[in-house]
Amino acid sequence: MCGGNESGCVKDVRQSGETVVVELAGDIDLHHAPAMHKALLSACEGQPARMVIDLEKVRYMDSSGLGTLVEVFRRVKAYGGKLVLCALSDRVRSVLEITRLDKFFIVLPSQAEAMTA
Amino acid sequence: MIESSSVHLSVTSEPANLATVRAAVEETGRRLALCEQDICSLVLAVNEAVANVIQHGYEGRAGQPIEVTLEATGGDGQVTLRVIIQDRARQVDSAQIVGRDLEDFRPGGLGTHIIRAIMDEVEYRPRAGGGMTLRMVKRFPVAQGQA
Repeated sequence: MCGGNESGCVKDVRQSGETVVVELAGDIDLHHAPAMHKALLSACEGQPARMVIDLEKVRYMDSSGLGTLVEVFRRVKAYGGKLVLCALSDRVRSVLEITRLDKFFIVLPSQAEAMTA
Repeated sequence: MIESSSVHLSVTSEPANLATVRAAVEETGRRLALCEQDICSLVLAVNEAVANVIQHGYEGRAGQPIEVTLEATGGDGQVTLRVIIQDRARQVDSAQIVGRDLEDFRPGGLGTHIIRAIMDEVEYRPRAGGGMTLRMVKRFPVAQGQA
């Protein structure tokens, strides 16, 4: 389960050159997605050329989390940036496939690869 | 041999209670010896159904009742799991409960698509006295000698 506080799903947000890396963790559902939404939209404000969302520690994600990813993708694309998802668990990948969102996102196996995508 | 079993869960409409629902569904899936992928799909479908009640049925109001029943029966080489979710939220025309076009890349409308993609049967009905009943059925093949 996600941490007990509102920011429990957002483990780290850091800037590395023109890239912002956001590391998420836990179960991202209707309860925890608002904290993720807030953190990701805040990360978009500086219009980084590349945003990497690391999902390695995310055990579960439902449609509320997916909806946030779609919204962030659209925002980043609107200003000409690139959004990359990385290190998806089988569970999270499965949800992307069921909703056919996997064909819209750039998904890479590791954060290292995402940083140079 | 899988015996008939039933699990009933009463929760209120706080989003934090989704974790309790997921845990109960996962436990049921393990007791039925379903494979990991089937358990994950089942957990996701039930989570989405309850989240829809919270978000759209009760429109975010806390403290409202949600009843979740899981009924499993075995036979004919398969396990049949019936999931019944009942609420006292606003009633809607079941024809209006549809997922969005997946070619339309935008947030929202994914939960209903996920439910229909995973479950074999999905039926929404208004309840006498107010609220809705969602009845979902999923059939899982099992190894010979288990069902």
